[in-house]
Amino acid sequence: MALDKNTVDQIATLARLSVDADDNAAYQDELGQILALVDQLDAAATGDVAPLAHPLELTARLRADEVSETDQRDAFQATAPAVASGYYLVPKVID
Amino acid sequence: MEWETVIGLEIHVQLNTKSKIFSGSSTAYGAEPNSQASAVDLGLPGVLPVLNREVVRKAVKFGLAINAELAGQSVFARKNYFYPDLPKGYQISQYELPIVGRGAIDIDLPDGTRKTINITRAHLEEDAGKSIHDLYSDSTAVDLNRAGTPLVEIVSEPEMRSAAEAAAYMKTLHALVRYLDISDGNMQEGSFRCDANVSVRPAGSEQFGTRAELKNLNSFRFVEQAINYEVERQIALIESGGEVIQETRLYDPNKGETRSMRGKEQAHDYRYFPDPDLLPVDIDDSFIEEIRAELPELPAARRQRFIEQYELSDYDSGVLTASRELADYFETSVTTAGGHAKVCANWTMGELSAALNRDGVELSRSTVSARQLGELVARIQDQTISGKIAKTVFDALWNGEGEVDQVIEDRGLKQVTDTGAIEQLVDDVIAANPDQCEQYRNGNDKVLGYLVGQAMKQSQGKANPQQVNELLRQKLD
Repeated sequence: MALDKNTVDQIATLARLSVDADDNAAYQDELGQILALVDQLDAAATGDVAPLAHPLELTARLRADEVSETDQRDAFQATAPAVASGYYLVPKVID
Repeated sequence: MEWETVIGLEIHVQLNTKSKIFSGSSTAYGAEPNSQASAVDLGLPGVLPVLNREVVRKAVKFGLAINAELAGQSVFARKNYFYPDLPKGYQISQYELPIVGRGAIDIDLPDGTRKTINITRAHLEEDAGKSIHDLYSDSTAVDLNRAGTPLVEIVSEPEMRSAAEAAAYMKTLHALVRYLDISDGNMQEGSFRCDANVSVRPAGSEQFGTRAELKNLNSFRFVEQAINYEVERQIALIESGGEVIQETRLYDPNKGETRSMRGKEQAHDYRYFPDPDLLPVDIDDSFIEEIRAELPELPAARRQRFIEQYELSDYDSGVLTASRELADYFETSVTTAGGHAKVCANWTMGELSAALNRDGVELSRSTVSARQLGELVARIQDQTISGKIAKTVFDALWNGEGEVDQVIEDRGLKQVTDTGAIEQLVDDVIAANPDQCEQYRNGNDKVLGYLVGQAMKQSQGKANPQQVNELLRQKLD
């Protein structure tokens, strides 16, 4: 399946990746090859098969509603780039 | 041109579990920032989410209450988008197999009619954290305590036709989740949040107009105001030759208007896919039946029972069952009073509600308990006090002056039923008002009311009005 330039740009935007305009053609080609590989699955007859949500044929085990975590904020925030008064700080985001 | 408004609501309800949907962190509101954000909530590498059983139970409970189709198997999906308060870069939500399928709920409209609103689906998801933009001048502060709080998102069909209908639907759902005890419904704390999809179309048209999604409607009043503003805006826009664009708009309660959140639209590509970290959830019949057995009496059924059991009007029953707390209060007062449901209903909806409104107090913090109100009604019924004096006693109870009998005793409010005392009173009134007595004897019945009033006044409201009335008639006729 062929990808066009806009699709590559769109995927990059959604993934927050910056892609050089010079590399766009190469990505179209490489991503196209991956899609072609996956497209082979279309050859299988799946008309009577229920969609599979998970490769393991198991169902979820549920946990009891209990508070088991303790406050480890200091440990978690030790590796954060910027914190203040218990908050994580990020560059200003305006809605 | 005549326009028709089309509204669909998406309501996010925080479930009142102790711990989060996928981690053992506490969900308690108001903790120190990030003190309830564990490795799972932070999306650190190598962690695995494990689903909270209580979350599933509460969602199923809701599904049963709206007669919904309940999925045999329910699947969690990743909804991908970037925002600082969403540490994983995706929100765990549900897409193709939500836990609750199609259901319906009846709402009462302001004009007294009833309407069924269909519910498309209700799915489980995790709440995001909170971004605080005004704390620091050059940074946004992020608190992830809320991240991972369980939410059920309830999506209605676009079946509401006015802001008032939308508010009625929202109130009905709010009462329901409180009855079911699946959420505290606290709107100030964000436990019950609403987005509205609003469009207009020429009356009679089958086709929907382009809709705008309104956000930040966190009170019943704001929902009505925002929708009314938005409807006017869309009509004015179309009538002046413009076109409504599909967009997200934020309601600003200070200005009473909605405004565009530009730039968010192109990001609406969430690339949902089943979350490989979570296995499908199996909702089997025995699980469902176990929860069905625990369902409390629901508002509609309770309302019907009040009409039949207590012989109340549909209106009174509707008011009293609007919240579980109020209905419980009323029923406790009736039990204590030993019946007299209509009197208890009048006091609950009258004096009590007025006092709560006047002082801005929640029912749960009322200084007059349901038991006390019941005792008060019992004292009216056994003629210890008159209905009028009962209001004085109520005020005393409201001000925390002790128990019913004690207030009556301390303040000497007992009704005078001693015939001798009343006879003396009546004689005094007759002697003091010869003109009025003459008028009565000449056939002016209305004057009797005046004379009774004089006697009551002299007794400071403590004489039994029926006895006064009878004695006056006897003596004058």
